[in-house]
Order: sequence, then structure tokens, then C-alpha cells
Amino acid sequence: MKNWFGSSRIALLALCAVSTSVFPLAAQTSAYKPVRTADGKPDLNGIWEALSSANWDIQPHASSAGPVSSLAADFAVPPGIGIVEGNEIPYLPAALEQKKKNFANRFVDDPEIKCFLPGVPRAEYMPYPFQIVQSPKTVMFTYEYDSAVRVVNIGPPTPAPVDSWMGWSAGKWEGDTLVIDVTGQNGKTWFDRAGDFHSSSLHVVERFTPRSADTLMYEATIEDPKVFSRPWKISLPLYRHVEKNAQLLEFKCVEYAEELMYGHLRKHPKGSSEESK
Amino acid sequence: MSNRFPASFSAALAGSAIALALASGAMAQTKSSALLPAREGAKTWTPPKTADGVPDISGIFTNSVVTPLERPKDLGAKEFFTAEEADAYAKKQLAVKEATGPGTYNDVHYDMAQFGLEKKQNKVAASIRTSLIVGPEGRVPALLPEAQKRQAAKAALNRGHEFDGPENRGMAERCIIWGAEGPPMLPIGYNSNLQIVQGEGYVAIMQEMIHDVRIIPTDGRPHAPSNIRELLGDSRGHWEGNTLVVDTTNFTDRNPFRGSGENLHVVERFTRTDPDTVLYQFTVDDPTTWATAWSAEVPMTKIDGPIFEYACHEGNYGMPNNLSGARADEKKLAEKK
Repeated sequence: MKNWFGSSRIALLALCAVSTSVFPLAAQTSAYKPVRTADGKPDLNGIWEALSSANWDIQPHASSAGPVSSLAADFAVPPGIGIVEGNEIPYLPAALEQKKKNFANRFVDDPEIKCFLPGVPRAEYMPYPFQIVQSPKTVMFTYEYDSAVRVVNIGPPTPAPVDSWMGWSAGKWEGDTLVIDVTGQNGKTWFDRAGDFHSSSLHVVERFTPRSADTLMYEATIEDPKVFSRPWKISLPLYRHVEKNAQLLEFKCVEYAEELMYGHLRKHPKGSSEESK
Repeated sequence: MSNRFPASFSAALAGSAIALALASGAMAQTKSSALLPAREGAKTWTPPKTADGVPDISGIFTNSVVTPLERPKDLGAKEFFTAEEADAYAKKQLAVKEATGPGTYNDVHYDMAQFGLEKKQNKVAASIRTSLIVGPEGRVPALLPEAQKRQAAKAALNRGHEFDGPENRGMAERCIIWGAEGPPMLPIGYNSNLQIVQGEGYVAIMQEMIHDVRIIPTDGRPHAPSNIRELLGDSRGHWEGNTLVVDTTNFTDRNPFRGSGENLHVVERFTRTDPDTVLYQFTVDDPTTWATAWSAEVPMTKIDGPIFEYACHEGNYGMPNNLSGARADEKKLAEKK
């Protein structure tokens, strides 16, 4: 961001001063003008994170007890106002039944429990930071959770060569907004810990718009004719980690899922009389 | 994956001598250069710059090579082949057929060739080196006694318990980290592919195996606090001329590199030597493992990509199969008694 400082900034300030005097009201209410990269695009580089309980449930929800009574308040479900536009998810009747089943089994069936790759859009609002590394042709999204990653190729969408957990992303700039078209997700990921789900026909169009130096607006249109009766939208702000020493650290949760997934196959299952041997 | 088929190896070889010569010029700037042979005749090819003015080393690459990490003993101190020898050596390596008989990988899993995963089907960067490790030795130094002890103790702890539980299996089988991810990053049997993306102040390197990304800040910040130990270590980069120099510390002792401990220290150098090549050089040291530091270099060559998602853990049937197989064996054994 060094290009932001220096002479260009003074010039910009001068311009601002002029525009403010001519259109005082308009200048004060006009959209935020983002810092730009050297190639003139809004600079999305940085470490970002949602401040939201959407990963628990993308719809409005009150707080509730967590799944492990001994962990009481520590792992209770935090409340949230929701990130779904209009609050309702337009499930088709059969899909709504599935969602209810998912909800009932959420503390078993949520792919996050097994440390599976989270898919899109969930990766954007999980309670872990992610980093955007932006170049003119390629924007890499790297997530702390499970070392997940997706590469956004700047250019027209192309057919996904194969289904995957994180999908196939093509990006374009619309004004100051990075618009990402995501297809090719394998239908095995969820939207949240409340069992909201989709099929492999999922099509997500995301919009990342800088709204201040340290916040982005994230919006996504979600389309899946096998699961929903119409496209629907989510939106929430993403916040920049402004700490000077902010960095993604390893959160390789695979090993934390091993007991759950393979514990029954141990020679001496935990808790058995043989365990201590 | 048609993009991964080889171009003519001989044709590619012509450029490699230039690449090697250029790289040695860059190496001369660091203290680690003493470990590498000095060569003359650096060429004046200037790599392109990114929009923000640093050398552009971005792209999708393979570090697949035919050169072994350690020099075959019969080659003694011979560090370089002639071009003809290198060509013949490469042809011989690439002609090695994967075994297909009962019980082999090809038999149990699938025909590797069907998916373009055999080495001969992949693009391979040319090199006249006889080993990736540079210098007259061409081999990893002997482990110090304390490192040997460490290694033996670890092995003893697991002996007879190899299939007791997931923790007894290797990191790669557990889908936690692949053996060659490093740093230092080395080629492996297949999918030796990586993608470098540069944002302002950062270089990100994604390796196909296992979709790990190293995010390397180049803003001069210090390493993370020393109590944060990571499987891929903690990397910090800076630019020296046209070379990205990356310093990595904060390793754990859970993922040894050639017997290393948590004090492993890796310095990597990335230099784009022609439009399709990034020469990757590294020096490793660990005073608790080797008496001397040692260095190697791997040419990385551009491929078209894309890099596919290697969702290892999500499809890990190997782990439950291995454990349940062991339980079944134990049951059989108990019934015999």
C-alpha cells in the first residue's frame, strides 16, 4: 500500500478539498473510495474476519445451550441477528425436511466437526481469519481453518473441470467490487452448524466491496434449483485484522477430528481398561 | 491434464546451464553462498516486475525432476553431467515403468498412467546436476549422535504399535501434512505442483499436496513468538536483487526433515531465471542434527495448471482401512490361540 502515501495522496486530498467545496453534501455521503493496488484495483490484500455468529446459524437465532454440558458457557451457542436477506431461506418442501433432519443431527453431521473443507460462502464467515493475496490475474483466498484455500482466476467464468469442496472461482471487477462466480462445489458442505445445506448444483455469486479502510461488505447470491425455490442473498461486513503482527497461524484441525472419526478403531479405545497400557 | 506432458527434455536442457550460472551470481550475495560452487558468466536476462515493482516470480509450477536429492554413490564427487549424459540419465529415469503386478500401487489403487500421474507423463525441468544437493559431497551430512538418538527413541516408541491408533501413523497418511511440503519444498512421487501468487507485501505459495499455503510477509516484520511452533514453520521474506529470500524458523519436532528437530532453520531463495523457470535453492541447518549446513537446488518449471484440490482428509479411506485391518488381524490371531 505504499503507493497510497506520498505525492499521489496529496493530489488526492487536494481533489477532495475541491469536490467538497463544490458539492459539500454529495462529497460527504458518496461511496468510500478505496485504497488501490499498483494496478489500480481496490486493494483487498489483508487479513479479514467476520464478526458474526453466522457460522452457528445464518438465520436469526437466540442463544442456546451448547452440545457439551460440561463445557457449559464456554461452548454455548451465541445469538445472532442473521445474515439472510429477509431472514427466510426459500427451501423447497423436501429440502426443508432435510434441513430439519440436519438440524436435529447437527452436532454429528456438520462437516465442520470432521474438519472437512468448508466450501463457499461458509469459509467467509467462519470464526477464523482468512487472508486475501491479490494480484492482477489471480486472487488467492487462504483460510486459517483447515488450511483451506481457493484460487480466484480473474476472467470470465469457465466450466469447473471437476467438483471440489471449495469450488471453482472466477472473478471480475465491477467498479470497486470484486465479483466472484463460484460453481463446481460438491454438495457435501453446509452453510452453518444449523444444518443449512445445498446440493452440487449450487451457484454462488459473491461481491466484495470496500466500505472503509478496514471493512469490506460481503454479499452473496445463492442459487440452487434442487434445494431452493428462488435465489436468495446473504450479506455481512468483514473486518480487517489491523494488528501490526497479524498473521494466519496453522489451524490443522484434522488431528482434532481423529478420535471422533477413528477412535472406535483404536487398539485400545479411549476410556477402555486397556487404554493406559 | 494434457498440459503436463513433457516438452522435449533435450531442448529444455539448453537453457539450464544459463539458469545455473545466473543463480550462482545471485547466491554470491549471501553468507550461504560459500556452500555453493561459484560459477562465472551470469547472463543479463531481467525478470519482469509486478505492478508494485518487485520481481515477478508468480505462476503455476512443477518442481518435478529426474534428479535425486542425494547423489548416487557411484558418481563420487561428480556434481554435473555433460548435456549428453544428463539427457541419457533423464531418458533412463523417465523410462522406468511403474510396477503393475498384484499388490502394487497400480494394482491396488489404480493405473497411475490413466490420470497422467506417472513421472514420464509430467513436465520435468531439465538439469545437469547429478544430485539436488550441491557441492562435492552431494549427500545429506551424517546425523549427529544426539539426532540419531532422537530418531531411534521415536522409532522405538512406535515399534510394535504402528497400527494402534491414528497418531501412530505418518503425518501424510493422517492427511495433516505431506512429506515434501517442507520447507524446504521438494518434489514427490506425483502432483509436485505449486502456485505462487504475489500481493503487495506478501508472497503466497500453495502446494497441491495437501492444499497448504505458505503466506510469506516481505515487510520486514520479525518471526512469530518462539513458543508458536508450526509444521510448516514461520516464514519471513525479503528481496535481494531479483531473488526472494525466505527465512523459516519455529518448526516443531513432530515433522522432522531428514532427521531434523525443532531448531531446523531453512533459508530459501527463489530466482526467476527465464520466462518458464524459477530456480529454487535452499540451505538448511540445525545444530542439533547436522555438524554443517547443507544446500540444494531444484529448478521449478511453469505448467499451465490449474492446480486441483487435493482434499486428502475428506477422502481418507486409508486410515480407517489400515486400523480396521489391524484390528481384524488381531482378532484372527486371538482366535487361533
